[in-house]
Amino acid sequence: MVGPVGRFARVTRAARVARAGPLRAGVALALLAGGLTACGGGGGIPTLNWYVNPDNGGQAKIAAACTKAAGGKYRIKTSLLPSDASGQREQLIRRLAAKDTGVDLMSLDPVFVAEAANAGFLRPFTASEAQPLTEGVFDSAVQSSTWEDKLYAAPFWANTQLLWYRKSVARKAGIDPNAPDFTWDKLIDAAVRTNTTIGVQGNRYEGYMVWINALIASAGGRIISDAEKGDEAAIEIDSPAGRQAAGIIGKLARSTAAGPTLSTDIEEQSRATINGPRGGFLLNWGYVWRAEKGDADAGAINKNIVSDLGWARYPRVNPQQESKPPFGGIEIGVSAYGEHRDGLAIEAVRCMTSPASMKQYMLDEGNVAARPAIFDDPDILKEFPMAPLMRDSIAAAAPRPATPYYADVSGAIQNRWHPPASVNPNTTPRESARFIREVLRDKALL
Amino acid sequence: MTSVETAPKSGRPPTRAEISDRERGERRLGLLLSAPAVVVMLLVTAYPLGSALYQSLFSYRLTAPDDRRFVGLGNYATALTDPLFWQTVVTTLIITVVTVGVELVIGFGLAVVMHRAVFGRRTVRTAILLPYGIVTVISAFAWKYAFDVQSGFVNSWFGLGDYAWFSDRWAALFVIVLSEIWKTTPFVSLLLLAGLAQVPRDLGEAATVDGATAWQRLKRVTIPNMKAAILVAVLFRTLDAWRIFDNVFIMTAGQEKTQVLSFLTYQQIITRTALGLGNAVGVLLFLSVVLIAAVFIKGFRVDLSQVRGDR
Repeated sequence: MVGPVGRFARVTRAARVARAGPLRAGVALALLAGGLTACGGGGGIPTLNWYVNPDNGGQAKIAAACTKAAGGKYRIKTSLLPSDASGQREQLIRRLAAKDTGVDLMSLDPVFVAEAANAGFLRPFTASEAQPLTEGVFDSAVQSSTWEDKLYAAPFWANTQLLWYRKSVARKAGIDPNAPDFTWDKLIDAAVRTNTTIGVQGNRYEGYMVWINALIASAGGRIISDAEKGDEAAIEIDSPAGRQAAGIIGKLARSTAAGPTLSTDIEEQSRATINGPRGGFLLNWGYVWRAEKGDADAGAINKNIVSDLGWARYPRVNPQQESKPPFGGIEIGVSAYGEHRDGLAIEAVRCMTSPASMKQYMLDEGNVAARPAIFDDPDILKEFPMAPLMRDSIAAAAPRPATPYYADVSGAIQNRWHPPASVNPNTTPRESARFIREVLRDKALL
Repeated sequence: MTSVETAPKSGRPPTRAEISDRERGERRLGLLLSAPAVVVMLLVTAYPLGSALYQSLFSYRLTAPDDRRFVGLGNYATALTDPLFWQTVVTTLIITVVTVGVELVIGFGLAVVMHRAVFGRRTVRTAILLPYGIVTVISAFAWKYAFDVQSGFVNSWFGLGDYAWFSDRWAALFVIVLSEIWKTTPFVSLLLLAGLAQVPRDLGEAATVDGATAWQRLKRVTIPNMKAAILVAVLFRTLDAWRIFDNVFIMTAGQEKTQVLSFLTYQQIITRTALGLGNAVGVLLFLSVVLIAAVFIKGFRVDLSQVRGDR
């Protein structure tokens, strides 16, 4: 709702210029009324408000491209959400719970689709609308956008984490991170041997949950099942897989492979560790490649770091069991309260998530497309030499649990598993299972 | 937020019947004039409070409105028996006691400097008041980045290597308390300056003539005469410190056991959208604020009109 406020500021300025009392009031009223109608109409062309997570302007570019392609049928305006996933969710939920008609489209973290869908905040796509939005799209992305067998959001970009490493360090440690049986244990031992660090996201926030979930899934387990039962879902974190995950986190956090700020590191801080003097390994999203190249070009880091940078699939927990890398990205939801929810908004989503838009967004932002076919595109392969690995990782990725109570589940786990150095395989999974249940039943504070 | 009127005990006329017509008219006018303000107060404070009280009796998620059910005082029982609640109370108490205590001492020193400054008076006062003019969120970010391992300068200044301030409860609380003190000491010194200005100069001069040392003058003359201003400063700062939010939200987001009461409320209502439980915590926070205010006003007999200098 930036528009009307700006208009209003202009009103007061105009009012100050106008000297005569009645005239002033008249001018103000007229301008104000103009501002209010503009909120809905935008001078004839309907405006679709798209709430986006902050990026480097890639979504605004897509908005402009789709506005142009619409040929005057609609106009897409972007509004920025807070920078972290939890903050984005908080703002969207507040607006949608108040039935804000100023939201038409929104960039949603996949883990919040179930919650918003269950609350009736999202307009589901009909089967025929869903078909072009899901055809040729990663299964994991479609699965994350679906709630109770209906598609509630359109996959826009998919994300996964890779193991980024310094080739020189791997050589020194005598390991091959791309070996099929490369495990977390081997990784931690190699880092300890070479006195280097493994950058991970250990802050008490959603990124830490990503790590925990990927470890549990890689060990063949799940955090919860029967999610559609809401607060009565089955909690399975206290399992052999949960204990293995806890063992890895505790071992890493208490070893010299942990950076000094492991328990407060988010994506960018952990990325900085691989550029530091003890940099060795990093578990992080696909954006790292672009970010490292950008930093090297800007002179912020040594150019040699980029040529020394290797990548491998997310490490395994058990040597005989394929890893399940994390899944992330953004899906586009259509608000159930927007004026154009049944017509123009749907058209706009089709344009925003088209293969061309996804490819453009990947080239602009370094964020990974949700359609596997794009990874064979020569432009993409040239820019992203690791594209095939990303594609295979996303295809094998394990989404975090889809539940309307996701914020509670994730918050409860973060609470009991933080700080990482305190994680104990014998107690933490059991403790957290009990705690999740209490939180879901409103019997504990978070 | 609380307006307290303590009627002067001695000023009341001995009999009620002798109120003149004029006095009655003035009273009516007074009531009428204050009525709009009272109505606005009721709208913006009483309504949300009543609504919070009502919602706190339910188990209610914003995102699952159909599952709402009445639980009576169950949410209060949950909160009051949760160890996290009491851990939060202790953290808030530590922050409050330490910041108010330190601010009082430093604030008094600064007030004396501002009071005594002979030249450059305006510059001195501006310099002292500057931190108070900075938005808390911005000051919180500034302090966070200063102590950050990657971007901060504190570690290199003191040769601390890669010491992670925000990965330890007490170190994190230390930074939070430090930034709070830096930010709000000017407020305390401003209130104390008003108090200092009220101390009659001749009292100090008489004490000097009687041979009192500077310390004796401070202890026996200055401080007793500005007791009211000190108590008002302590009351205001205690209430503010008790409701601390921004610093914790920005610097640690409550991790490493640095959660405070306001943040706990935020977590339940905004993050979890557990409106029932969150409002129960909010009501408990409100009650604790009322308790603190009551203890000061009744217990220490703080006369809020004193701070304006009229007796």
